[in-house]
Amino acid sequence: MLEARQLSFHFSPDAPLFDSISLTLNAGQWVGLSGDSGAGKSTLGKLLAGYLAPFEGEVSLDGKALPKSGIQPVQRLPQSPELAVNPRWRVGKILREAWTPTETQCQAFGVQPSWLSRFPQSLSGGELQRVCVLRALVPKVRFLIADEISTMLDPITQLELWQALKQEAEQRQLGVLVISHDNALLERLCPQRLHLSGSQLTPW
Amino acid sequence: MNSGQPPSYPPPNIYSQPRLRAALSLFVTTLLVMGLIASQWLLGDAPQQMQFDARLTPPSVDHWLGTDALGRELWARTLAGLALSFWVGCLAALLSTLIALSLAALATLSSRLDTLVSLLIDTLLSVPHLILLILIAFALGGGTQAVIIAVAVTHWPSLARVLRAELWQLRQAPYVRISRALGKSRWFVLHGHLLPHLLPHCLVGALLLFPHAILHEAALTFLGFGLSPSQPAIGVLLADAMRYLSGGYWWLGVFPGLGLLLMVLGFERLSNHLRRAL
Repeated sequence: MLEARQLSFHFSPDAPLFDSISLTLNAGQWVGLSGDSGAGKSTLGKLLAGYLAPFEGEVSLDGKALPKSGIQPVQRLPQSPELAVNPRWRVGKILREAWTPTETQCQAFGVQPSWLSRFPQSLSGGELQRVCVLRALVPKVRFLIADEISTMLDPITQLELWQALKQEAEQRQLGVLVISHDNALLERLCPQRLHLSGSQLTPW
Repeated sequence: MNSGQPPSYPPPNIYSQPRLRAALSLFVTTLLVMGLIASQWLLGDAPQQMQFDARLTPPSVDHWLGTDALGRELWARTLAGLALSFWVGCLAALLSTLIALSLAALATLSSRLDTLVSLLIDTLLSVPHLILLILIAFALGGGTQAVIIAVAVTHWPSLARVLRAELWQLRQAPYVRISRALGKSRWFVLHGHLLPHLLPHCLVGALLLFPHAILHEAALTFLGFGLSPSQPAIGVLLADAMRYLSGGYWWLGVFPGLGLLLMVLGFERLSNHLRRAL
């Protein structure tokens, strides 16, 4: 269980981004997070994945703090895959940075074997995003923070990506926090949805 | 705006392509350096051979660049001096780049080490180059080794500062954060993600250091703290020429000086082209 207790965070002291926010994410649970631009959705995602430290409150995994080193059980998937890959590495090396996905997994995510010998510049954003998602699904990972990962994909690719991710998450009981502006997508994917506005988190 | 005529763009000038220019100047420089090295082989001991019947003769058909006070051919001595300077410059620039790179890499490991490295860089940058050079070369007792070490030890800070800033920026890249989150060690991130991006900077940095190193080697030798007077180094030739300049023996200073200038300018140009191309 990934738990955030009474999180507070701000970038400038006179404008708190959010104040005493609490959130729990169980294994196998899909939670949607929406909110206006600048409401702090991505920042909340970064706090949950341990990229940032909260000023107050704590993020815990099964009652313990997130590990400081080693494979993080909470992986964050960023919005733009072009920045999330080393431009000097071939796609095969990028994909296998932490683990080697099976062929069935590659097929499910639509990762073509012919991409692996190419450089990321020669792949489209959508193709690269699928590589990035698959890269993060290391066996030890238990929670995913999907920060607008399907925004730049066409509808069919979006569907394929989410279907593959849904299947993988069900098999491994992964908890997923889906951050998106697209309410229709969240309604489709997540039984439980939260809205972040005015530094408060409310269910809808 | 809407005349129906497609806009005409000037045809691309093939010589203005930075990569082509870099390749061209790399080719020319390599050719010259190879010629310089080959000439040492062909020269043998010509730079040391004295002709007492032809002392201090001006440039002529028999003595292309004239002779010095001991009747030694100046063209042979200039070539030998340039070759010596080339080796000293190469080794000093290489050593200097290595120091800069390792210190910049060290600085990424922890914030305390970073403070230490920054302090070291600022301290060395605040001391005038030449004083430090003279002190170190003097303390090491002069000679080729002392000059190389002195130049290497004093020239790394400016490159180290650039590399450190570049590493700092690269470390903020999302893929570096992701690599850490995927359980990769700092060492893996350093040599897998960060260092390959620094190679072009290192190459250009070393090439920019090279003319500096040569000039300082000549300066040290000229001042008498560098190579021994028996070696035909450019600094030795220039220091020698000083004694005869008032006698009107201009060729003793002009030709070795011109040679040095050409070599320095050549490498400066090459590194500028490479910086634009890489």
